[in-house]
Amino acid sequence: MTIAPDLQGRTYPAGEPYSVGREAIRDFARAVKATHPAHFDVDAAAALGYADLLAPPTFAIIIAQRADAQLITDPDAGIDFTRVVHADQRFVHHRPILAGDQIVAELHVDQVRAMGGGAMITTRAELSTVDDEPVATTTSSILVRGEGQ
Amino acid sequence: MAVSITTLEVGRQIGSATVHVTRQDLVRYAGASGDFNPIHWNRSFAEGVGLPGVIAHGMFTMGAAVQLVTDWAGDPGAVVDYQTRFTKPVVVEDTTAEPGEPGAVVEVAGVIGAIDAELSTARIDLTVTSAGQKVLVKAQAVVRLP
Repeated sequence: MTIAPDLQGRTYPAGEPYSVGREAIRDFARAVKATHPAHFDVDAAAALGYADLLAPPTFAIIIAQRADAQLITDPDAGIDFTRVVHADQRFVHHRPILAGDQIVAELHVDQVRAMGGGAMITTRAELSTVDDEPVATTTSSILVRGEGQ
Repeated sequence: MAVSITTLEVGRQIGSATVHVTRQDLVRYAGASGDFNPIHWNRSFAEGVGLPGVIAHGMFTMGAAVQLVTDWAGDPGAVVDYQTRFTKPVVVEDTTAEPGEPGAVVEVAGVIGAIDAELSTARIDLTVTSAGQKVLVKAQAVVRLP
Protein backbone atom coordinates (compact mmCIF):
# COMPACT_ATOMS: atom_id res chain seq x y z
CA MET A 1 0.00 0.00 0.00
CA THR A 2 1.11 3.56 -0.60
CA ILE A 3 0.25 6.51 1.61
CA ALA A 4 -1.88 9.00 -0.31
CA PRO A 5 0.39 11.91 -1.34
CA ASP A 6 -2.27 14.51 -0.47
CA LEU A 7 -2.98 13.12 3.03
CA GLN A 8 -1.39 16.04 4.91
CA GLY A 9 -3.97 18.74 5.58
CA ARG A 10 -6.97 16.46 5.29
CA THR A 11 -9.78 16.82 7.82
CA TYR A 12 -12.30 14.18 8.83
CA PRO A 13 -15.50 15.74 10.19
CA ALA A 14 -16.93 14.91 13.60
CA GLY A 15 -19.11 11.81 13.50
CA GLU A 16 -21.72 10.65 15.97
CA PRO A 17 -21.22 12.01 19.51
CA TYR A 18 -19.49 9.78 22.07
CA SER A 19 -21.66 9.61 25.15
CA VAL A 20 -19.46 9.47 28.28
CA GLY A 21 -21.02 6.99 30.70
CA ARG A 22 -20.31 6.35 34.38
CA GLU A 23 -19.59 2.67 33.79
CA ALA A 24 -17.20 3.48 30.94
CA ILE A 25 -15.28 5.80 33.29
CA ARG A 26 -15.21 3.15 36.03
CA ASP A 27 -14.10 0.44 33.58
CA PHE A 28 -11.38 2.62 32.05
CA ALA A 29 -10.13 3.70 35.50
CA ARG A 30 -9.82 0.04 36.57
CA ALA A 31 -8.08 -0.75 33.28
CA VAL A 32 -5.32 1.82 33.94
CA LYS A 33 -5.22 0.88 37.63
CA ALA A 34 -6.51 4.30 38.71
CA THR A 35 -7.88 4.21 42.23
CA HIS A 36 -8.97 7.81 42.89
CA PRO A 37 -12.54 7.77 44.27
CA ALA A 38 -13.60 10.61 41.92
CA HIS A 39 -13.56 8.02 39.09
CA PHE A 40 -15.94 5.71 40.94
CA ASP A 41 -18.09 7.63 43.41
CA VAL A 42 -20.30 10.59 42.49
CA ASP A 43 -20.07 12.06 46.01
CA ALA A 44 -16.26 11.89 45.93
CA ALA A 45 -16.29 13.67 42.57
CA ALA A 46 -18.67 16.30 43.96
CA ALA A 47 -16.31 16.88 46.90
CA LEU A 48 -13.70 18.04 44.33
CA GLY A 49 -16.28 20.25 42.60
CA TYR A 50 -17.20 17.94 39.69
CA ALA A 51 -20.84 17.55 38.68
CA ASP A 52 -20.42 13.82 37.93
CA LEU A 53 -17.76 11.10 37.76
CA LEU A 54 -14.37 12.40 36.59
CA ALA A 55 -12.60 10.58 33.73
CA PRO A 56 -8.90 9.65 34.13
CA PRO A 57 -6.37 11.88 32.28
CA THR A 58 -6.03 9.52 29.28
CA PHE A 59 -9.72 8.63 28.88
CA ALA A 60 -9.95 10.88 25.80
CA ILE A 61 -7.93 8.26 23.89
CA ILE A 62 -11.16 6.27 23.43
CA ILE A 63 -12.72 9.17 21.53
CA ALA A 64 -9.48 10.16 19.75
CA GLN A 65 -8.82 6.62 18.49
CA ARG A 66 -12.37 6.39 17.14
CA ALA A 67 -11.61 9.53 15.16
CA ASP A 68 -8.22 8.11 14.07
CA ALA A 69 -9.98 4.96 12.88
CA GLN A 70 -11.71 7.02 10.19
CA LEU A 71 -8.29 7.79 8.72
CA ILE A 72 -6.66 4.40 9.26
CA THR A 73 -9.58 2.48 7.71
CA ASP A 74 -10.07 4.98 4.88
CA PRO A 75 -9.04 2.91 1.81
CA ASP A 76 -8.19 6.14 0.03
CA ALA A 77 -5.56 7.05 2.69
CA GLY A 78 -3.46 3.98 1.85
CA ILE A 79 -2.51 3.03 5.44
CA ASP A 80 -1.83 -0.67 6.16
CA PHE A 81 -3.15 -0.83 9.74
CA THR A 82 -1.23 -4.07 10.47
CA ARG A 83 1.99 -2.05 10.10
CA VAL A 84 0.99 0.83 12.39
CA VAL A 85 3.01 1.56 15.56
CA HIS A 86 2.01 4.26 18.07
CA ALA A 87 4.97 6.67 18.32
CA ASP A 88 3.79 9.50 20.56
CA GLN A 89 0.70 10.90 22.22
CA ARG A 90 -0.34 14.14 23.88
CA PHE A 91 -3.50 15.31 25.65
CA VAL A 92 -4.23 18.97 26.30
CA HIS A 93 -7.32 19.25 28.47
CA HIS A 94 -9.38 22.41 28.15
CA ARG A 95 -11.61 21.08 30.90
CA PRO A 96 -12.00 17.69 32.63
CA ILE A 97 -14.19 15.03 30.97
CA LEU A 98 -17.19 14.08 33.09
CA ALA A 99 -19.89 11.43 32.90
CA GLY A 100 -22.83 12.80 30.94
CA ASP A 101 -20.67 14.65 28.38
CA GLN A 102 -21.61 14.25 24.72
CA ILE A 103 -18.33 14.64 22.83
CA VAL A 104 -17.53 14.90 19.14
CA ALA A 105 -14.05 14.81 17.58
CA GLU A 106 -12.87 16.49 14.41
CA LEU A 107 -9.70 14.90 13.04
CA HIS A 108 -6.93 16.82 11.30
CA VAL A 109 -3.96 15.23 9.51
CA ASP A 110 -1.29 17.75 10.52
CA GLN A 111 1.85 16.16 9.12
CA VAL A 112 3.02 13.29 6.94
CA ARG A 113 6.76 12.60 6.80
CA ALA A 114 8.54 9.85 4.86
CA MET A 115 10.53 7.59 7.23
CA GLY A 116 12.63 5.00 5.45
CA GLY A 117 10.15 3.01 3.39
CA GLY A 118 7.28 4.06 5.63
CA ALA A 119 5.73 7.24 6.98
CA MET A 120 5.19 9.10 10.26
CA ILE A 121 1.68 10.56 10.37
CA THR A 122 0.72 13.14 12.98
CA THR A 123 -2.98 13.64 13.64
CA ARG A 124 -4.85 16.05 15.91
CA ALA A 125 -8.33 15.45 17.25
CA GLU A 126 -10.27 18.47 18.49
CA LEU A 127 -12.73 17.24 21.07
CA SER A 128 -15.70 19.40 21.96
CA THR A 129 -19.16 18.96 23.38
CA VAL A 130 -22.13 18.87 21.05
CA ASP A 131 -22.70 22.47 22.26
CA ASP A 132 -19.28 23.51 20.84
CA GLU A 133 -17.52 23.79 24.19
CA PRO A 134 -13.82 22.81 23.72
CA VAL A 135 -12.92 19.79 25.87
CA ALA A 136 -9.50 18.51 24.75
CA THR A 137 -6.96 18.56 21.96
CA THR A 138 -5.21 15.25 21.42
CA THR A 139 -2.24 14.77 19.12
CA SER A 140 -0.86 11.44 18.08
CA SER A 141 1.89 10.23 15.78
CA ILE A 142 1.77 6.82 14.20
CA LEU A 143 4.59 5.17 12.34
CA VAL A 144 3.44 3.15 9.35
CA ARG A 145 6.32 0.74 8.79
CA GLY A 146 7.36 0.18 5.20
CA GLU A 147 7.70 -3.27 3.66
CA GLY A 148 10.59 -5.20 5.19
CA GLN A 149 10.86 -2.87 8.23
CA MET B 1 -4.50 16.18 50.71
CA ALA B 2 -3.88 18.90 48.14
CA VAL B 3 -0.44 20.04 47.03
CA SER B 4 0.11 23.80 46.90
CA ILE B 5 2.14 25.47 44.16
CA THR B 6 3.88 27.74 46.69
CA THR B 7 5.62 24.87 48.47
CA LEU B 8 7.14 23.20 45.40
CA GLU B 9 10.75 23.20 44.26
CA VAL B 10 12.16 22.22 40.87
CA GLY B 11 14.14 19.00 41.14
CA ARG B 12 12.17 17.59 44.04
CA GLN B 13 10.96 13.99 43.72
CA ILE B 14 7.23 13.40 43.95
CA GLY B 15 7.65 9.68 44.61
CA SER B 16 7.72 6.40 42.77
CA ALA B 17 5.43 3.49 41.98
CA THR B 18 5.68 -0.09 40.77
CA VAL B 19 3.05 -1.40 38.35
CA HIS B 20 2.66 -5.15 37.90
CA VAL B 21 1.27 -6.06 34.49
CA THR B 22 -0.36 -9.33 33.47
CA ARG B 23 -1.99 -10.56 30.27
CA GLN B 24 -5.31 -10.12 32.05
CA ASP B 25 -4.51 -6.41 32.48
CA LEU B 26 -4.00 -6.14 28.71
CA VAL B 27 -7.31 -7.87 27.99
CA ARG B 28 -9.04 -5.52 30.43
CA TYR B 29 -7.40 -2.48 28.83
CA ALA B 30 -8.37 -3.71 25.35
CA GLY B 31 -11.99 -3.99 26.43
CA ALA B 32 -12.12 -0.65 28.25
CA SER B 33 -10.32 1.30 25.51
CA GLY B 34 -11.67 -0.45 22.41
CA ASP B 35 -8.12 -1.18 21.16
CA PHE B 36 -8.25 -4.87 20.22
CA ASN B 37 -5.03 -5.00 18.18
CA PRO B 38 -3.94 -8.70 18.44
CA ILE B 39 -0.32 -7.71 19.21
CA HIS B 40 -1.61 -7.10 22.76
CA TRP B 41 -3.05 -10.59 23.31
CA ASN B 42 -1.98 -13.01 20.55
CA ARG B 43 1.64 -14.20 20.69
CA SER B 44 1.82 -15.75 17.24
CA PHE B 45 0.34 -12.62 15.68
CA ALA B 46 2.78 -10.40 17.62
CA GLU B 47 5.77 -12.51 16.58
CA GLY B 48 4.47 -12.60 13.01
CA VAL B 49 4.78 -8.82 12.78
CA GLY B 50 8.30 -8.90 14.20
CA LEU B 51 7.66 -8.17 17.89
CA PRO B 52 9.47 -10.12 20.62
CA GLY B 53 6.12 -11.26 22.07
CA VAL B 54 2.82 -9.90 23.35
CA ILE B 55 3.32 -6.26 24.28
CA ALA B 56 1.35 -3.85 26.45
CA HIS B 57 -0.64 -1.07 24.78
CA GLY B 58 1.53 2.05 24.90
CA MET B 59 -1.60 3.81 26.12
CA PHE B 60 -1.92 1.31 28.98
CA THR B 61 1.55 2.22 30.19
CA MET B 62 0.91 5.95 29.66
CA GLY B 63 -2.41 5.72 31.51
CA ALA B 64 -1.02 3.70 34.41
CA ALA B 65 2.12 5.87 34.82
CA VAL B 66 0.16 9.08 35.39
CA GLN B 67 -1.44 7.67 38.56
CA LEU B 68 1.72 8.68 40.40
CA VAL B 69 0.97 12.28 39.44
CA THR B 70 -2.76 12.23 40.18
CA ASP B 71 -2.21 10.57 43.54
CA TRP B 72 0.36 13.23 44.40
CA ALA B 73 -1.83 16.11 43.19
CA GLY B 74 -4.93 14.71 44.91
CA ASP B 75 -7.16 15.53 41.93
CA PRO B 76 -7.01 13.65 38.59
CA GLY B 77 -8.69 16.66 36.96
CA ALA B 78 -5.62 18.78 37.76
CA VAL B 79 -3.71 17.22 34.83
CA VAL B 80 -4.10 19.79 32.04
CA ASP B 81 -1.42 18.46 29.67
CA TYR B 82 0.14 15.01 29.42
CA GLN B 83 2.44 13.72 26.71
CA THR B 84 4.93 10.99 25.97
CA ARG B 85 6.87 9.22 23.27
CA PHE B 86 6.73 5.44 23.11
CA THR B 87 10.25 4.07 22.66
CA LYS B 88 10.53 0.44 23.74
CA PRO B 89 7.64 -2.03 23.95
CA VAL B 90 6.74 -3.58 27.32
CA VAL B 91 6.79 -7.33 26.67
CA VAL B 92 4.27 -9.07 28.93
CA GLU B 93 5.01 -12.76 29.54
CA ASP B 94 2.24 -15.33 29.88
CA THR B 95 2.04 -16.14 33.60
CA THR B 96 -1.38 -17.82 33.60
CA ALA B 97 0.23 -20.97 35.06
CA GLU B 98 1.40 -18.88 38.04
CA PRO B 99 -1.38 -16.30 38.50
CA GLY B 100 0.48 -14.47 41.27
CA GLU B 101 3.42 -13.62 39.04
CA PRO B 102 3.50 -10.42 36.99
CA GLY B 103 4.19 -10.79 33.27
CA ALA B 104 6.06 -7.48 33.33
CA VAL B 105 7.00 -4.87 35.92
CA VAL B 106 6.89 -1.15 35.14
CA GLU B 107 8.71 1.29 37.42
CA VAL B 108 7.57 4.92 37.54
CA ALA B 109 9.35 7.85 39.21
CA GLY B 110 8.47 11.54 39.05
CA VAL B 111 10.37 14.76 39.62
CA ILE B 112 9.26 18.38 39.43
CA GLY B 113 10.71 19.61 36.12
CA ALA B 114 9.35 23.16 36.00
CA ILE B 115 7.04 25.53 37.86
CA ASP B 116 4.99 28.34 36.32
CA ALA B 117 3.83 30.50 39.22
CA GLU B 118 1.78 32.79 36.94
CA LEU B 119 -0.28 29.91 35.53
CA SER B 120 -0.09 28.03 38.85
CA THR B 121 1.14 24.91 37.07
CA ALA B 122 3.94 22.44 37.67
CA ARG B 123 5.47 20.09 35.10
CA ILE B 124 6.19 16.62 36.39
CA ASP B 125 8.81 14.66 34.46
CA LEU B 126 8.25 10.92 34.65
CA THR B 127 10.86 8.22 34.27
CA VAL B 128 9.15 5.01 33.20
CA THR B 129 11.19 1.82 32.83
CA SER B 130 10.62 -1.90 32.41
CA ALA B 131 13.29 -4.60 32.42
CA GLY B 132 15.90 -1.88 32.83
CA GLN B 133 14.92 0.07 29.70
CA LYS B 134 13.10 3.37 29.30
CA VAL B 135 9.71 2.54 27.77
CA LEU B 136 8.33 6.09 27.80
CA VAL B 137 10.51 9.06 26.87
CA LYS B 138 9.70 12.74 27.45
CA ALA B 139 6.79 11.66 29.62
CA GLN B 140 5.61 14.98 31.05
CA ALA B 141 2.43 15.87 32.92
CA VAL B 142 1.46 19.48 33.62
CA VAL B 143 -0.77 19.90 36.66
CA ARG B 144 -2.69 22.98 37.74
CA LEU B 145 -2.44 23.40 41.48
CA PRO B 146 -4.10 25.63 44.05
